[in-house]
Amino acid sequence: MIDRSLSQQLQDLDKGEYSSVELTQTYLDRIDSHQSLNAFVSISEDVLEKARQADQLRAAGERKPLLGIPLAHKDIFCESGIRTTAGSKMLDNFISPYDSTVISLLRDAGALSLGKTNMDEFAMGSSNESSYFGAVKNPWQDERVPGGSSGGSAAAVAARLCAAATGTDTGGSIRQPAAFCGITGIKPTYGRVSRWGMIAYASSLDQAGPLATSAEDCALLLSVMAGADEKDSTSSSVPVDNYSESLSHDLKGKKIGLCVEYMEDLDPEMSCVIEASIKILSQLGAEFIDISLPTSPMAIPAYYIIAPAECSANLSRYDGVRFGYRCENPANLEDLYKRSRSESFGQEVKNRIMVGAFALSAGYYDAYYKKAQQIRRLIKNDFLEAFKSVDAILGPTTPGPAFGIGENTDDPQAMYLQDIYTISANLAGLPAISLPAGFIKGLPAGIQLIGRYFDEATLLNIGHQFQAQTDWHTQAPELSQ
Amino acid sequence: MNVTEEVVRNIAELAQLKVDDANIKQLAEGMQNILTLADQMQAINTEGVEPMSNPLDASQRLRSDAVTEGNQRELFQSIAPATEAGLYLVPRVVE
Repeated sequence: MIDRSLSQQLQDLDKGEYSSVELTQTYLDRIDSHQSLNAFVSISEDVLEKARQADQLRAAGERKPLLGIPLAHKDIFCESGIRTTAGSKMLDNFISPYDSTVISLLRDAGALSLGKTNMDEFAMGSSNESSYFGAVKNPWQDERVPGGSSGGSAAAVAARLCAAATGTDTGGSIRQPAAFCGITGIKPTYGRVSRWGMIAYASSLDQAGPLATSAEDCALLLSVMAGADEKDSTSSSVPVDNYSESLSHDLKGKKIGLCVEYMEDLDPEMSCVIEASIKILSQLGAEFIDISLPTSPMAIPAYYIIAPAECSANLSRYDGVRFGYRCENPANLEDLYKRSRSESFGQEVKNRIMVGAFALSAGYYDAYYKKAQQIRRLIKNDFLEAFKSVDAILGPTTPGPAFGIGENTDDPQAMYLQDIYTISANLAGLPAISLPAGFIKGLPAGIQLIGRYFDEATLLNIGHQFQAQTDWHTQAPELSQ
Repeated sequence: MNVTEEVVRNIAELAQLKVDDANIKQLAEGMQNILTLADQMQAINTEGVEPMSNPLDASQRLRSDAVTEGNQRELFQSIAPATEAGLYLVPRVVE
């Protein structure tokens, strides 16, 4: 069962090869025997009961897009009845009174929730090492990081502890862990998926998306997750494409851009991965054109002002009064605020709150925040220019394969540079997908395709056609018990 | 930008984070690491460029001013650290 993709599992369930209860129990057993990966923070107690109900519905002739499929959810999506921690001590005891739209939509489509996956605290990190619940291990080599911030979700899918999982991506948090773990992940266009009930980090950048083994499975999940939501005023009313239907389109005449700035100074082994991918896509009929994104070197500097600024505003809600952690014996109200926050936020979260408060403060706003927003416009304009001549832009997802646990913790600048290829898509709000495309020293390597606004269909189509010619996405790590 | 201890104390006040002799160096270093990176922005000319706050340049959508949800005070207060008689409890503010 576990070597079957989500789409295949749906067929198997329909054919009666196995039941949802059997599938769910298999995953629960695997999660239990691979606890050392630290991929899960909480397990849903009622998932087997829900699986039983799904089996009954199926037997009664009911059909839903994801009926009886167990999924895992990043612990950033509020789900009533189970705690939602965002990887923070601040929310260690937080049980949401309501469901996020993403969870509601997936449940309405018949999916089951196995549990909640580990993540960098409040999604701030690229290694999953900033989680209050400890680092997650990369299933391919357990002394390596799985990437972050959706590291638990990516590790869980790679280790086949679930067929697919949800994630969120503010600067690369779906794509980078997907690349490090050898799976497929897509960050949709900003506004494509509702952010309601998704714990906020940087609201103008945050987007939810699926992580799965294949583009085909991502298409199926995104079809369910996408769409306008009255509860999120930034969600878009642009109609949702039929992602599954467009998977089979051939790539003849598709124009793919190669960004000259990304290809310079590329790691030689990553360069080989890209070259091999270009060859495969060319054989499928795609044409490659050099394009330039001249402002892209400024993406990381601008991101590290915009994201902290929004984070400092978003995280001001954690005050120790209405929910979350409260310090012991506060001397007065100010002490309550300050100690509740300081005792429960980790260092990286504090760093970003501080930088954000600084960038928004009197005297520094123009030089930092406004400047970053102007650069953001230039980055978007670069993409608009490039997309006049291409349908998608290909490059690496990350500078190299997964780094070691602890390797970059003393060098924050090196950690921040991990997101050099992924951040621009968030700043511009464009969709982008990461696909497994090879191995470097036994570790997975990913390629990224960035698309036009609301053109997730083209990215999934190219991804599916690429995966029809390659088997990187079907390879799974051998796990030690 | 050179992050001095005075900057850290001022910003920590704005951010409602506790700063003391034990952690001030760590906070200063954390800020410095990010701001050194951010300072690279100054190398690029952005004169006359309109700042972008939303990737789709969308404006806030308005909705009609109608009640859509009922009062769920008990549910919301069930996860609060301390409540009494439907109120959130905090240390005494006025003597």
